[in-house]
Amino acid sequence: MNVAANIDHETLARTLPLDQFDPGNPKLFQDDVWMPYFARLRQEDPVHYCKESRFGPYWSVTKYKDIMTVETSHTTYSSESALGGISIVDRPVEFRRPSFISMDPPKHDEHRKVVQPIVAPGNLAKLEQIIRERTCSVLDSLPRNETFNWVDLVSIELTTRMLATLFDFPFEDRRKLTYWSDVATADVNAGGPINSEEKRTEVLQECLQYFTRLWEERANAAPGSDLVSMLAHGPATRNLSPKEFLGTLTLLIVGGNDTTRNSMSAGLWFLHQNPAEFAKLRENPALVDTMVPEIIRYHTPLSHMRRTAVQDAELNGKTIRKGDKVVMWYISGNRDADAIENPDTFIIDRKRPRQHLSFGFGLHRCVGNRLAELQLRILWEEILKRFERIEVMGPPQRIYSAFVHGISELPVRIPG
Amino acid sequence: MPKIKLIEHDGTEHEIDGEVGKSLMRNAVDNNVPGIDADCGGECACATCHVFVDDEWLPRTGAPSEEETRLLGFAATLQPNSRLSCQILLDETLNGLVVRLPEAQH
Repeated sequence: MNVAANIDHETLARTLPLDQFDPGNPKLFQDDVWMPYFARLRQEDPVHYCKESRFGPYWSVTKYKDIMTVETSHTTYSSESALGGISIVDRPVEFRRPSFISMDPPKHDEHRKVVQPIVAPGNLAKLEQIIRERTCSVLDSLPRNETFNWVDLVSIELTTRMLATLFDFPFEDRRKLTYWSDVATADVNAGGPINSEEKRTEVLQECLQYFTRLWEERANAAPGSDLVSMLAHGPATRNLSPKEFLGTLTLLIVGGNDTTRNSMSAGLWFLHQNPAEFAKLRENPALVDTMVPEIIRYHTPLSHMRRTAVQDAELNGKTIRKGDKVVMWYISGNRDADAIENPDTFIIDRKRPRQHLSFGFGLHRCVGNRLAELQLRILWEEILKRFERIEVMGPPQRIYSAFVHGISELPVRIPG
Repeated sequence: MPKIKLIEHDGTEHEIDGEVGKSLMRNAVDNNVPGIDADCGGECACATCHVFVDDEWLPRTGAPSEEETRLLGFAATLQPNSRLSCQILLDETLNGLVVRLPEAQH
């Protein structure tokens, strides 16, 4: 699918033959024009086969219910790294970095259970105080009466501080985490500095070396409550190979960084576009609780997850063959009117706001989902206490990726 | 209509008239019992409708399936009497059922 500038996407999405649809084209997300294409697929060809693309042939699953079926059928649809893992991109074998998100049971379960305690209710309660203090200090230091990038000074800063705390990572080096996260997920065709898998690996080796030092320190000390120590002492993870260690690190860094960051940026944009909802929120700040999951649904920070069929299967009338690549478009399922009322409208007081696909479902459901919500809740509570107005000075700049639904810039100004 | 008692972590009790043929989760949610999130809507896919079944009722609620057991493994406070309430279908034999709710669903 060739997406040129100045194209009427509503018309193109309606008229383009379905066999020419390539919904994995990252440009659709960068230009924020993905919606009509997925609307057509949900309507006319909900389990769609793209024969030829940069990513090879792949199935697109676009309806909420079908995505749920794939999510909960892990014996048919595998996450296994050796089969291609969890993203539409097939990395060459030597560049794959396995971690529990790209493992099936039983190994997945053993690894995930090692890190799970970091987001247990008791630990979240402990983290709440730290998050609030940090959020207050970041918001209090924002410039006034001048335009700045919300993504950099708020979204990145807050999520990076959080990650540094979870890893007990040297605080002054925390922006390295953001950098490694961006490197790990960069699309090599995006036109940025990471334009080959070799370059990516080179940078991620620095990440591995840095964390290996931390690992050695923590492995030789008594078990602590940070993620590195948990991995170093965990029965299923203390003998991780360097590749698996790097895989697990990048999973936790990307998982804890990118997704929450983009929800922090997107939320402000949505409220700016929906002033009536913003007014409702000012009137009743308690709506933050339901607004947070609504932001996460409406933005969908990870556009998709991928599986590989390990046996033939029927899915909504289509026959999926063993070995086929199956992409679950969360970003589309979250706009499926058969599952969500008025799905294209941002409504901060929805009745069942947590019924969305952004965290995935089944055994790979986002391990940090409550922590992400906690961070977003605190951010909005503290924003409402402080700022009467945040002026959005222009539309967000989005990144070239079919996986991370990312915002790199959102210019804002806070009067006062 | 089987009578069901759900006891919140802080001791607050909720007695509901259960509807046969619906899951315990659906009955709790429809009666506005707090503490059952059921994010996935009853697909045995999120482990946020976790309950503890009083021991005397365990023989009648039956044992969890393999998939339910796997998901329960990711619940915050697993006990031998843990179940996902979306996987307990109400029938008349469960009249008087007592379940307790965990401190949090995650």
